Amino acid sequence: MSNPANFKYTASHEWVRSEADGTISIGITQHAQELLGDMVFVENPAVGRKLKAKEECAVVESVKAAADVYAPVSGEVVAVNSELDSAPEAINVDPYAAWMFRMRPDNSADVAALMDAAAYQAVVDSEAH
Amino acid sequence: MTLKQTPLNAAHRAMGAKMVDFGGWDMPVNYGSQIDEHHQVRNDCGMFDVCHMRVVDAKGEGIRAFLRYLLANNADKLTLPGKALYSAMLRPDGGVIDDLIIYFMSEQWFRIVVNAGTADKDIAWMKQQATAHAPQLTITSRDDLAMVAVQGPNARAKVWQVLPQTRASTEGLQNFQAADCGEYFVARTGYTGEDGFEVMLPKEKVEEFWYALNKAGVPPIGLGARDTLRLEAGMNLYGQDMDENVGPLESGLSWTVDLKSERDFIGKTSLLANPPRSKLVGLVLLDRGVLRGHQKVHTAHGEGEITSGSFSPTLEKSIALARVPNGVQIGDQVQVTIRDKMLAAKVVKYPFARNGKSVVSG
Repeated sequence: MSNPANFKYTASHEWVRSEADGTISIGITQHAQELLGDMVFVENPAVGRKLKAKEECAVVESVKAAADVYAPVSGEVVAVNSELDSAPEAINVDPYAAWMFRMRPDNSADVAALMDAAAYQAVVDSEAH
Repeated sequence: MTLKQTPLNAAHRAMGAKMVDFGGWDMPVNYGSQIDEHHQVRNDCGMFDVCHMRVVDAKGEGIRAFLRYLLANNADKLTLPGKALYSAMLRPDGGVIDDLIIYFMSEQWFRIVVNAGTADKDIAWMKQQATAHAPQLTITSRDDLAMVAVQGPNARAKVWQVLPQTRASTEGLQNFQAADCGEYFVARTGYTGEDGFEVMLPKEKVEEFWYALNKAGVPPIGLGARDTLRLEAGMNLYGQDMDENVGPLESGLSWTVDLKSERDFIGKTSLLANPPRSKLVGLVLLDRGVLRGHQKVHTAHGEGEITSGSFSPTLEKSIALARVPNGVQIGDQVQVTIRDKMLAAKVVKYPFARNGKSVVSG
């Protein structure tokens, strides 16, 4: 599965999709779900919580391990995907469709400054060595 | 550091395994979904590379008397050739050096299978004790042998399909019994809570055996599923549920420690002098989340700690083994600290699952 070209990415393996209403959706990448394996639990931040960039704000747990998810930019949580509560395995099936939470960024330029798909792929490739 | 490889390393890679460093060994953690692999073993069968575990042969006159002294469980329970016994091997202070299985083959030959990470220290300890108490014995690490576990309700039939020559001598094996079939040593033992065999065979034959099983419809299972299978089955993992710093009575192993007979064994004096203050219990998480090792358990009788925790694919809930104060009872509700939250869990009797099904009540 390749990383969608129209998404942005972080070095901590979150993906960011810009929505038409100016919010962003956040999930974890194919690489991250592959490393973690079978997902069994997702804990999302509370709607309304204000986050700083790189703040720990969510947790995904597979059978193997727990991993923190970080806010890609500063902003406010405006929605969470509660379907993942009962079906966390959706992240394994299609990580780029299984969004975890949505934020309204404080500054849309912060989103534009995140890595593109090619830059993120370089990060993944360098981790493989 | 270069990781050690089993003779099946190339086969794992060819079968698409994700490999991890497991105590210095390059081992398969899963080949695809580890939950699917777990169910595969509970519902049908699967095969595990356990070549990293060590086979040790103890031979000579008086081997039984030596094992009676070396191990916390009583080798005298083994009366029928082929029978196996699970035991802890203790330090004089009662700490657990390792847990192992001994197979009684004859009064001159017992076979011992020990954990991978502890093998060298185990063998050094056995040799040291033998030198002092039974110098006529020979203790040999069988580095020429490989081991594959085939586990699940259909496991035995698959082994017979691939090794028809072993069928006559293994068909009558009871649980925890083994047969020496020449090149193949077949034991009805395992680490999953399912029926099946552990097969020991010459290293140079193991790859052929592995692929033959696969061709017969037995998929490979990684260490990830091995851990959830053993946890559901309520089987201890050395290094997590017990180690040299904790005794067997505080590790759920009282059933393997014979304190009633007059027999003396290494660690006995210390166990009698220090009654356990804690015990191992099962936990089922009532809230959403996943129990993990080292999380703190808060009970009405004081604090405890999870030794092994994971998600149980059979129960579809998180389960754990935890060491808690003696006063804690089955059915109690306790709290577990997970990150910044206190979550509710129930104390249960384990095993959690056996022969494909949940056995936790309530």
